[in-house]
Amino acid sequence: MSERLEKGLQVLRAEMDKKVMSYFSSCVRCGICAESCLFYTETNDPRYTPIYKTEPMRKLWKNEYSFWGKLKSALGISKPMTEADLADWEELVYDGCSMCGRCSMVCPVGVDITMVIFKVKHALAVAGFSPEGLVGATQRAVDIGSPMGITMKAVLATIKHTEANTGLKVPLDVEGADYLALLSSNEIALYPEYLESLVKIFDHAGVSWTLSSDAYEATNSGLQIGNKAIAGQLVQRVVDGAEKLKVKNVISPECGHAYTALRWEGPNFIGKAYPFRVVHILELLDELQAQGKLKTTGMETDRLTFHDPCSIVRRGGILAQPRNLLTPIAENFVEMTDHGSMNWCCGGGGGVSSNERAEGLKHTVFNRKKSQIEEIKVDAVVTACSNCRMVMEEGVEYNEMDMPMLGLTEMIAEHLAEKTH
Amino acid sequence: MIEYLIDGPLWYFSLAVFCIGVLLQLARILFGAGKTDLSVARGSASGGAWRNVFSRFIPHHEIAPKIRLQVVAGYMFHLGLFAVLFFAAPHVIFLEEHLLGFGWTSMPHWAFIVASQFAFFGLLILWLRRMLNSVSRLISTLDDHVAAILTFVVMLTGCLALLKGFTELRLLHRFTVELFLIYFPFSCLMHTFTFIPSRAFTGAWFGRRGIDA
Repeated sequence: MSERLEKGLQVLRAEMDKKVMSYFSSCVRCGICAESCLFYTETNDPRYTPIYKTEPMRKLWKNEYSFWGKLKSALGISKPMTEADLADWEELVYDGCSMCGRCSMVCPVGVDITMVIFKVKHALAVAGFSPEGLVGATQRAVDIGSPMGITMKAVLATIKHTEANTGLKVPLDVEGADYLALLSSNEIALYPEYLESLVKIFDHAGVSWTLSSDAYEATNSGLQIGNKAIAGQLVQRVVDGAEKLKVKNVISPECGHAYTALRWEGPNFIGKAYPFRVVHILELLDELQAQGKLKTTGMETDRLTFHDPCSIVRRGGILAQPRNLLTPIAENFVEMTDHGSMNWCCGGGGGVSSNERAEGLKHTVFNRKKSQIEEIKVDAVVTACSNCRMVMEEGVEYNEMDMPMLGLTEMIAEHLAEKTH
Repeated sequence: MIEYLIDGPLWYFSLAVFCIGVLLQLARILFGAGKTDLSVARGSASGGAWRNVFSRFIPHHEIAPKIRLQVVAGYMFHLGLFAVLFFAAPHVIFLEEHLLGFGWTSMPHWAFIVASQFAFFGLLILWLRRMLNSVSRLISTLDDHVAAILTFVVMLTGCLALLKGFTELRLLHRFTVELFLIYFPFSCLMHTFTFIPSRAFTGAWFGRRGIDA
């Protein structure tokens, strides 16, 4: 047995818990999950059926945990897993799954297929079966601190521009602040207006906050590639930065997987609970609005819709907040046919957008979002995830559509009422 | 001799394999290894678990139109089989005399015919789909086919056993039931029980995150 196969199998064995055993004991291979997956619906390729992507895990369960597997093994007639059982699934798991979680919502026996796919991804990553693009991004995240290679110097330059554009001071390394704001690589490199919006909103609402020169990057390539050790290492940087500044809260930016990594998986990755609260920016804005600290004025007259980022809404539970925030500023808001927890993914989640090899497939599956948008004839799409926004902007460009993609936080910043304090 | 074997030792053996096998499989799941989630919950895990156990009986309306065949055939088969298993007159009498010591009102003959037709058609549709649909064909395993065939044979011999003059047919039905009981704990037929913890685990996960799944 090769070393990489052994590594992969070790991970799969370690991930074989009671949930997985109940899932594989329950799955009757009905194939209903296929209809929920945009990689299947847009390609009609049965290999993209979500449960099929968990096949390496199922094979291990069958071989080593089921009665028949054990019997075959005892009789010496079992068919051991080979490197191909892992290698052949790399493309399916990394290119053909955005970890959107839609399949987990529809399985009649309740299998959390997305969770099992992540476990397979973890095994593939440890065994060295991951796409080059993601490996490079992860390496940069470990070595430099950001998957896009963004250093603190670039953040300082963004801060400088932000201060010049807003006339407001961006607090950096302020000990004892209530909130530590994090940024995703995209928000530093592609959407610097996000930081400008934060500065304006927090000034308006009187929020005590800071950025950290030790922990500015929220993007977690470890989660995207599926390597829990690296994911934990990246989360630990944020925890260390937050503890150093003694903040009470850490704000996850408009980035879906960053929110998952920080809010939900982070404590499990590092093996301990946080001494601070993690809050998504939309949750915080919603809280500020409910407390009367965030007041807006004026309404957008364009026909707008909201794209629910999978990791924030379906897998993160932040469903009402974006609607609460949009309602006071969008007079012509419409929902897509499938919205909320059953919204369709942009096609670039789960590291697909960082995987150059998946470029063609990503454009193919964007057809679902395209038809969703075209169906309701909107003027613009609002979202709250920089990755979704970037992927949809690419999709719009690729399809020669005229459809602006807007960030929700920025939209709120544009509608801030006059300060009263 | 064969009659003695099927009505006696093999029956008790298959029943024991079924009961012990199912209990052991469930114990492996319920008391198996699992990690405590260290993140701060937003909602109730137990609430989510209970909700999910029941809510998954109804497909999400966003996807329902695309899976109508599986849903209708699935309900036809499962409800038909449940009705026949627990309310067909011979079964009620058998359960009272050989297992439970008490009985209940059985369904009339016409209802038995309807229920068994539902079960037969439902199973046939699901099985045909399994073989004809490219997705189902790809993901199906030998176990799925064996389980479907075994269930079909048990139902078929059950109908034949209604011809009361033929002891051989009753024995044949009982023998296939015994095979079914022995195969059950080691196959996908276990989903009869494991769907509950499966839904509950996932529901708890969603519940902690405040997601209505």
